[in-house]
Amino acid sequence: MIAVHGLSVRFSAGTPLERHALKNVTLEVADQEFCCVIGSNGSGKSTLLSAIAGDVVPEAGRVVLSDRDVTRHAAQGRARLVARVFQDPLAGSCGRLTIGENLAIASRRGARRGLRDALAPSRMRSVLERVAELEIGLEKRLDQPIGSLSGGQRQALALIMATLAPSSVVLLDEHTAALDPANAEFVLGLTDTLAKRFGLTVLMVTHSMRQALEFGSRTIMLHEGEIVLDVRDPERKDLTVEDLVARFRKARGQELAEDGLLTS
Amino acid sequence: MSAIAFFGAVELGLVYAFVALGVFLSFRILDFPDLTVDGSFPLGAAVVAVMIISGWNPWLATAIACVAGAMAGLFTAFVSVRFQILHLLASILTMIALFSINLRVMGRPNIAILNQETVLTPIYELGLTSYLARPLFVFVLAAIGVIFLAWFLRTDLGLAMRATGANPRMARAQGVRVGAMIMAGVALSNAMVALAGALFAQTNGFADVTSGVGTIVVGLAAVIVGETLLPRGGMIVAVAACVLGSVLYRLAVQLALNLDFLGLTPSDLNLATAVLVLFTLILPRLRQPRPTP
Repeated sequence: MIAVHGLSVRFSAGTPLERHALKNVTLEVADQEFCCVIGSNGSGKSTLLSAIAGDVVPEAGRVVLSDRDVTRHAAQGRARLVARVFQDPLAGSCGRLTIGENLAIASRRGARRGLRDALAPSRMRSVLERVAELEIGLEKRLDQPIGSLSGGQRQALALIMATLAPSSVVLLDEHTAALDPANAEFVLGLTDTLAKRFGLTVLMVTHSMRQALEFGSRTIMLHEGEIVLDVRDPERKDLTVEDLVARFRKARGQELAEDGLLTS
Repeated sequence: MSAIAFFGAVELGLVYAFVALGVFLSFRILDFPDLTVDGSFPLGAAVVAVMIISGWNPWLATAIACVAGAMAGLFTAFVSVRFQILHLLASILTMIALFSINLRVMGRPNIAILNQETVLTPIYELGLTSYLARPLFVFVLAAIGVIFLAWFLRTDLGLAMRATGANPRMARAQGVRVGAMIMAGVALSNAMVALAGALFAQTNGFADVTSGVGTIVVGLAAVIVGETLLPRGGMIVAVAACVLGSVLYRLAVQLALNLDFLGLTPSDLNLATAVLVLFTLILPRLRQPRPTP
């Protein structure tokens, strides 16, 4: 479960560059719910994810993950409760480490790390079973460095890594935006498969309105740091991309009207 | 090259192999360029010499020298992590401070520990000639060091340390306490460098406050030579390459000094080392095609 209550984030407070990235945002994503987030650049989508993951410190509000208030916890302290996949395929794994070593690190996400052999077969077995289930052949390439993977494969691996540890909350920050269409399709398909297979609670930021309506069971739209649209299935099923665009325009239009007032 | 000169170079290479292992850990694994080693090498020598002179058990003295080195590394890393001071600057500050501390520890610029009981005494008593016994003894220690470091870097903690150096953002997202990893890693690195200093003092029979000058460059040279010769392989190969690089570097230096027509004297060593490191750093770039202006 992901819950944020009255979350406000302000960047460069007190300077001419001050930006109110999130304004009193309240959102609850239930267990095993898959929620898509859309919005234009600067609408606060990534800030929302960063605040949930602990990379951004909110000015006000609370963040609750799986019934635990983590508002005051740093990113590494929340790792046990939440996994994250970044937009940059290079960001989610260690290029200098092998595929097996990356999987081993991810399987102990948020847990205590001691002096046991991380790659001992007995400990890797359950990890490898999960990886083999996906039938993309990663389990046969454990000794290869991550650098040998393509962007799409690397993102797929990052997704799998996000599901290895017990926690089930996954934040996806435009994780297909840097991929070519074929790879993006593949990674999105894998996202859907993993979410259903492991009953994940997902918050997925995307730029694509089509994806936002196609995947998961709920779509929210952020604009200027506020949630301007929140629809779930079954109502969402009646919504088309055109409807979304219209809503998007409406939100933008209000802003334009306000600007008009200012300049007149 | 005479046998004595050859084994002398091998011995020195094996002693400095611990510097190479430490530099490998800080530069390569943690991506934390740490110049503290120029101070922690003579610190190890100073601590062990003073304690041996005072009649302490040489093994205990060596262990305490390692702890002293670890403290120096911990200080550098703490200052850098906690107060966000550039790692290079933080380590230079510690290095400079250690020069004074080492003088305080010894009370004078150098101490001779000839005819004292050292960790090598039992080896000498085995009856081997000393120029063979010393490298053999240090080789065993270096082998233990390699096995230890290669094992450590495969544990959960070691993997977390490698992730910290390779991708700190990812490490944090995996719940790794990045700051703590850097502190632990740099402490371990300097403990190994201080061990090299302690062994240097005991194999050569003296500790000198100026013996640390250029330690970092020698360590880096060993790591680079090792990487050039053994570029592929698992962690154990990468770690063993540091030892190999350190020994080959010393042999190359010895060879260059023996070639009379080059006219090199031991005082040219630092210049030769700097040129060697620079050359090996530049070489991969020269191979890359450059766009014509």
